Amino acid sequence: MQQVKRKPLPVRIFRFYVDGFKAMTVGRYLWAIILIKLFIIFFVLKLFFFPNILNRDYDNDADRASAVRRSMLDPARH
Amino acid sequence: MDDLMSVVDWSRAQFALTAMYHWLFVPLTLGISVIVAIMETIYFRTRSERWLAITKFWMTLFGVNFAIGVATGIILEFEFGTNWSNYSWFVGDIFGAPLAIEGILAFFMESTFIAVMFFGWKKVSPAFHLTATWLTALGATLSAMWILIANAWMQYPVGMEFDPDQMRNVMVSFFDVVLSPVAIHKFFHTVLSGWVLASVFVIGVSCWFLLKKRNSDMAMRSIKVAGWVGLFGLLITLWTGDGSAVDVARVQPMKLAAMEGLNHGKCGQEIIAFGILNPSWSPESQEDEFLVKIAIPKGLSLLANHDINSFVPGISDLVDGIELTQTGDTVHTVSYADRIAIGRTAHEALRAYDTASLAGDSQAMDSAAAVLKANYKYFGYGYLDSPQEAIPPVGVTFYAFHLMVTFGGYLLLFLAAMLLFAYKMPQMLSRPWVLWIGMLSIAAVYICSECGWMTAEFGRQPWIIESIMPTKAAISSISTSTVVITFSLFALVFTGLLIAEVGIMLRQISKGSKTNYELLKD
Repeated sequence: MQQVKRKPLPVRIFRFYVDGFKAMTVGRYLWAIILIKLFIIFFVLKLFFFPNILNRDYDNDADRASAVRRSMLDPARH
Repeated sequence: MDDLMSVVDWSRAQFALTAMYHWLFVPLTLGISVIVAIMETIYFRTRSERWLAITKFWMTLFGVNFAIGVATGIILEFEFGTNWSNYSWFVGDIFGAPLAIEGILAFFMESTFIAVMFFGWKKVSPAFHLTATWLTALGATLSAMWILIANAWMQYPVGMEFDPDQMRNVMVSFFDVVLSPVAIHKFFHTVLSGWVLASVFVIGVSCWFLLKKRNSDMAMRSIKVAGWVGLFGLLITLWTGDGSAVDVARVQPMKLAAMEGLNHGKCGQEIIAFGILNPSWSPESQEDEFLVKIAIPKGLSLLANHDINSFVPGISDLVDGIELTQTGDTVHTVSYADRIAIGRTAHEALRAYDTASLAGDSQAMDSAAAVLKANYKYFGYGYLDSPQEAIPPVGVTFYAFHLMVTFGGYLLLFLAAMLLFAYKMPQMLSRPWVLWIGMLSIAAVYICSECGWMTAEFGRQPWIIESIMPTKAAISSISTSTVVITFSLFALVFTGLLIAEVGIMLRQISKGSKTNYELLKD
């Protein structure tokens, strides 16, 4: 009797996802929404509107700490 | 200063908007994942095709909600880095560690096991599939746990020490942070309230099927499962709510006073069952707090301290630093004016530390650090101009709390009644008015859930970290216009997502069970 050779695990996991996506019905609409949403979140909002201010403006943690100290002791905040 | 306050207000509004939209999706995910897992367990044990169809139907709705809601929480993390950069730096790894763990758990557990849930019906064994469904529910719960731990720390900062050199709070006890009573109560109260929300959602949708006389057997079975999950969830929510009230009385007494609209407390303090606040009342005025009220004698003392004769301080008592013993003797605690003075001493010490650090004077640094440490408990008060600034918005806190409690009480009756009807009086579930109440209760449970968060978050103002950092010290130096633009963008994107969710959800519900349910073997 000929034994069927099993494919390697990563291939089987890949096929599992591919077959699952192909068989989806309502899921196609959902994936479209998810992809549009992720695009807006990461490529529009994050890129253009939500920089990490301290990482953008300062090169190292010591400078970031100094900036936060100055900002928190700023009389305008008191 | 006006510009600064404008940025603070817009950033708070933006955070509130994103958090409240995010919270529309999260509790349904938390609860319905458990309900689906229970339904699949019944299928696994009985191998009934009907239970399989029921499981798949609710699993589809879970998938719709998960897909629309996923990643909406990421935006909150963006806001930390942009709008609240001082805060993000100041909290250091205390906030970062739980969020990082949450991100890893959410990604690996949920994305892996959700794929098995939806793609694996014919690919893996029933036992493996069931395990994946339970692990999806567990993954969602664990994700929530880390977020709630981080939030609890902001309400009750423990397990850390402030390092003036790093300008960060450094975690010194992971277990103090994770196992603080506030975190434990908050976790169970919030997650189990998600079970209640999802149960009422399942019952409400089932009522629609009964009203339309479609898939009636599926609807009745769903009501029974959801009824038990919801009732169990609500009882635990009430129990942990009681624990949370004791925590608030101990660590955030001003929040409790605002929740009850209480200006001057007394021993054996009553609790307001129903009340309309007097709009012209303020803590300094001599007017009554309420235009109308119905109160339960000694109720607040019992709730806050589990002692009907205990003293519960009001807003003015806390500001003035006055407490009473049970025999009526006055005890002076730290007044808010004193706290402001202590906070300013801490600020001066931090300035001195900075100056000494620049001069390389290690002796002066040590001396300033010692003064800072001794006064750090009230560091945040140093930012306040007057004690009145430390009073949260009483109106919104009071009404949010009382709406939450009122709807919570209603939901207890509703869930008990639905279980009674489903098991003993099924004829009641053919009456349109009962079914309409079932459907409308979905709105009630969402209002209840959102009001819970509003109570927690409005009630802790002006603090972003209790007593240590007010919101105005946490904000980044950014322009108001940037925040206004992103606020508008969020309002647009999230409203679009909500419309998409409701539309897809309604379409899936109207399709009912995909298979010809009535022909399935039981």
